Amino acid sequence: MKKIEVRGLTKVFGRNPRLGVKLLNQGKTKKEILEKTGMTVGVNNASFEVNTGEIFVIMGLSGSGKSTLIRLINRLIEPSAGDVFIDGENLSKMNRNQLREIRRKKLGMVFQKFGLFPHRTILENAGYGLEVQGVDKEEIKEKAFEALKMVGLEGYESQYPDQLSGGMQQRVGLARALANDPDVLLMDEAFSALDPLIRKEMQDELIVLQSKMKKTILFITHDLDEALKLGDRIALMKDGIIVQIGTPEEIMTNPANEYVEKFVEDVDRSKVFSAQQVMIKPETIEAERHGPRVALQRMKKAGISSIYVVDKNQNLLGIITAEAASKAAQEGQKDVYAVLDKDVPIVGPDLPLNEVFDLIYDSPIPVAVVRDNKLIGIIIRSTVIAALARNGVKNDE
Amino acid sequence: MMNNIPQIPIVKWADEAVEYLRNNGQWFFEPIKDGLNFTTDFLSDALISIPPLIFILILVAFTVFITKKNWGISIFVLLGLALIENLGYWEDTMLTLSLIITSSLISIVIGIPLGILISRNKTMEKVITPILDFMQTMPAFVYLIPAVSFFGIGMVPGIIASVIFSMPPVVRLTNLGISEVSTELIEAADAFGSTPMQKLIKVQLPMAKNTIMAGINQTIMLSLSMVVIASMIGAEGLGVEVFRAVTRNQAGQGFASGLSVVILAIILDRLTQALNVQRHF
Repeated sequence: MKKIEVRGLTKVFGRNPRLGVKLLNQGKTKKEILEKTGMTVGVNNASFEVNTGEIFVIMGLSGSGKSTLIRLINRLIEPSAGDVFIDGENLSKMNRNQLREIRRKKLGMVFQKFGLFPHRTILENAGYGLEVQGVDKEEIKEKAFEALKMVGLEGYESQYPDQLSGGMQQRVGLARALANDPDVLLMDEAFSALDPLIRKEMQDELIVLQSKMKKTILFITHDLDEALKLGDRIALMKDGIIVQIGTPEEIMTNPANEYVEKFVEDVDRSKVFSAQQVMIKPETIEAERHGPRVALQRMKKAGISSIYVVDKNQNLLGIITAEAASKAAQEGQKDVYAVLDKDVPIVGPDLPLNEVFDLIYDSPIPVAVVRDNKLIGIIIRSTVIAALARNGVKNDE
Repeated sequence: MMNNIPQIPIVKWADEAVEYLRNNGQWFFEPIKDGLNFTTDFLSDALISIPPLIFILILVAFTVFITKKNWGISIFVLLGLALIENLGYWEDTMLTLSLIITSSLISIVIGIPLGILISRNKTMEKVITPILDFMQTMPAFVYLIPAVSFFGIGMVPGIIASVIFSMPPVVRLTNLGISEVSTELIEAADAFGSTPMQKLIKVQLPMAKNTIMAGINQTIMLSLSMVVIASMIGAEGLGVEVFRAVTRNQAGQGFASGLSVVILAIILDRLTQALNVQRHF
């Protein structure tokens, strides 16, 4: 179900926006209009829909018009042309009072530099949206408390914004946007001002929060890694135009044009791929049927120095090295249980590749990919490198 | 060539305008005059009726409180006021104080709304800014002439001249303070559905408070600088003593009464500044 619908949204900054819109309709580019009239095209004919409960990321470099676009949605900037519908209601046609009502009830906004009121306590900041609605004081307090608790800021209520770190300030920003329980969250580069570790933490937390809240979120960022991590769908913007809309997967595997492709090239692929996308089929022996001699033979044939051991149901038991296998064979042992090494590196199939790295570098043996205790694949260094260099490795390779 | 252009009759126009207003504007000036007379009389009577010792102790206690125990300023207030009393200028100082309080209050009551108005209306800003420039740069003595024409002699024309001369800073700095509030905070206020009035009261004015207080401080200082000038048209107080000393060539008297003005100025300045630095408004 669609929550937000944007149709032909256009913003021209300058003395005669109407002329600008006309020139755009005639097919003139942003550059031509700037040269001819001195007016700047902020957003050019943007159309998209955001479904209920979806995180829709608008992604672009600075100057691409993404910050203008999000402000056109709640009319912090007045559109030059086009319509914005929320729940089928056209915001562009509303008068001041109707618009204020929508902003109060349905739209929450989180700002890049937090936008907290320095003269108000954390609690007063979180309750601002309710306060302007004239909600009764006790209820404001209660809901603001609730919202602060949700973002993990219990106990800071009576502090002031400048007493908090950047990450905590943005939690307050988030709490303020959540306090009046809006359907839609507009997040304008909400995590861009935070340092990388805190940023990652906030992203993770937003994902957790979203799984409970099911808000419709419009998230602006210039960071493709962030877009891929958070977005259910992503819109890529350039020069005020939306160049591609798609799921992270679609954008990565099928860039619409050179611009998107260039972006995608820069992406840290390690964050996009998961363990199961780069794993390969493992060489194994079954502990019930195969002894050390079979193990040695298979290792020799495959040119490897260790082999994973499973039971007949593919449950992972451990690993044996060539060394241990040949020792067991010399001693005349019939099975591998005695020399089995149970201490093996294990990852789940959905773990992002960048988190597999540490394990791989520390480990002399391949990393096992395990689902429900069953060995479904292994990851070795060369497959990881191949994935980073190309578009991933298929399971059957 | 310049001789061929007839002199522009600005002098005549100004004379006629003042004359016209004096003859036809009394319905407007008369109530103002009565109101201000009543206010300053009431205020100066009240201030004078407090015994100096009590006044000094109250003000010192207030200073200790407002400056958060800044003993330097507190002791200065104590010794400064004691010196004024000792020199025999207590009553004059109270009269001057009531003139400053009245004119500053009028400046603030008119100035802050005017500052708010021009901060939200760029056309008004373009109209009012040159008027403020004019008010501040026109030699202050000049205001005395029409002020006397309209209000007669005494405290009231002094107050009016002080208001005209000292109001611009509070207007300008109110405008500046409001304009300086960051775009993101204004956007935040708007995005959560504030009405323009809510935005003004909950965000803009609190954020602009320090700048506005700096404007109020300047306004008070400027109105103090009008004290001597206002005494030329009969405003009572320390200015009269200074002016008398000048006309009679009494260096000692001039210094002593001038010193009292300085002490009063420093106390007012430090106290208004102390109001300003309180954390979190």
